[in-house]
Amino acid sequence: MMTEFTPMLSVSGGILIGLSAAAVFIFFGRILGISGIVARTLNFDFGQGSWRPFFLIGLVGSPVVLSMVSPSPHGFEPMGLIPMLIGGFLVGYGTRVGSGCTSGHGICGISRLSKRSIVATCSFMAAAVITVFVVRHVLEGAL
Amino acid sequence: MTQMVALLIGAVFGGGLYLAGMTNPSKIVNFLDIAGTWDPSLIFVMGGGIPVAAIGFFILKKREKPLIFDEIQVPTHGVIDRPLVIGSVLFGVGWGVSGLCPGPAFASVLLEPAIIIPYLMALVLGSLAYDRIQR
Repeated sequence: MMTEFTPMLSVSGGILIGLSAAAVFIFFGRILGISGIVARTLNFDFGQGSWRPFFLIGLVGSPVVLSMVSPSPHGFEPMGLIPMLIGGFLVGYGTRVGSGCTSGHGICGISRLSKRSIVATCSFMAAAVITVFVVRHVLEGAL
Repeated sequence: MTQMVALLIGAVFGGGLYLAGMTNPSKIVNFLDIAGTWDPSLIFVMGGGIPVAAIGFFILKKREKPLIFDEIQVPTHGVIDRPLVIGSVLFGVGWGVSGLCPGPAFASVLLEPAIIIPYLMALVLGSLAYDRIQR
């Protein structure tokens, strides 16, 4: 299952992601980290002016609006139910233990040269590469 | 004001994930599959995002105060500890298995609810399990 290499689309999307991270820095003085925003919202810590749930509403809603304008250029090819459940649990638990995910550590943390975030990003990237290698080339898609 | 700005930032973020291809789990797994059907697109997502975020952080540091909130709340301690590494490794395994991290999952939940809602329920369970263990 190949996916097309999309440098222009991906760099454009990346710039929008960077713009939103920059806006959270400049307007709110906070980190745009989805795992943190979700965990705090789950604990009813909505933040000043309830910015966290409103951010999530924008995040959930905008792809729907975009998909009505034009279908996703990338498609949607998910894994099976079992990998989704295992993955979801590990992502939910691991991001709490490690205090962040791809947005908080990978984009915001690296952008401000945080040593913790650089270590975290190297750790999750390495773990993810090894996991995919094992799943696809050792177990050969048994999951 | 805060709520409008937060909604708009969330919308830009979601649009960015959608445009970048982060919402297709197979694209993520292919990025991670260096030995197989490698798709390097994600490097371009980070390459586009990190410099722009860095400019935002630079502006915040210059201003010393955010535009809307009263104070900066950005972690400053640089301690590399076991939870940071172990938690990140667990997250990485989950990301590799599912091809989804939290942001893209929220961005696709209304478009592909049958697949994403089970993932998000498991994610919430994992987060709540952490709260339980911490107490």
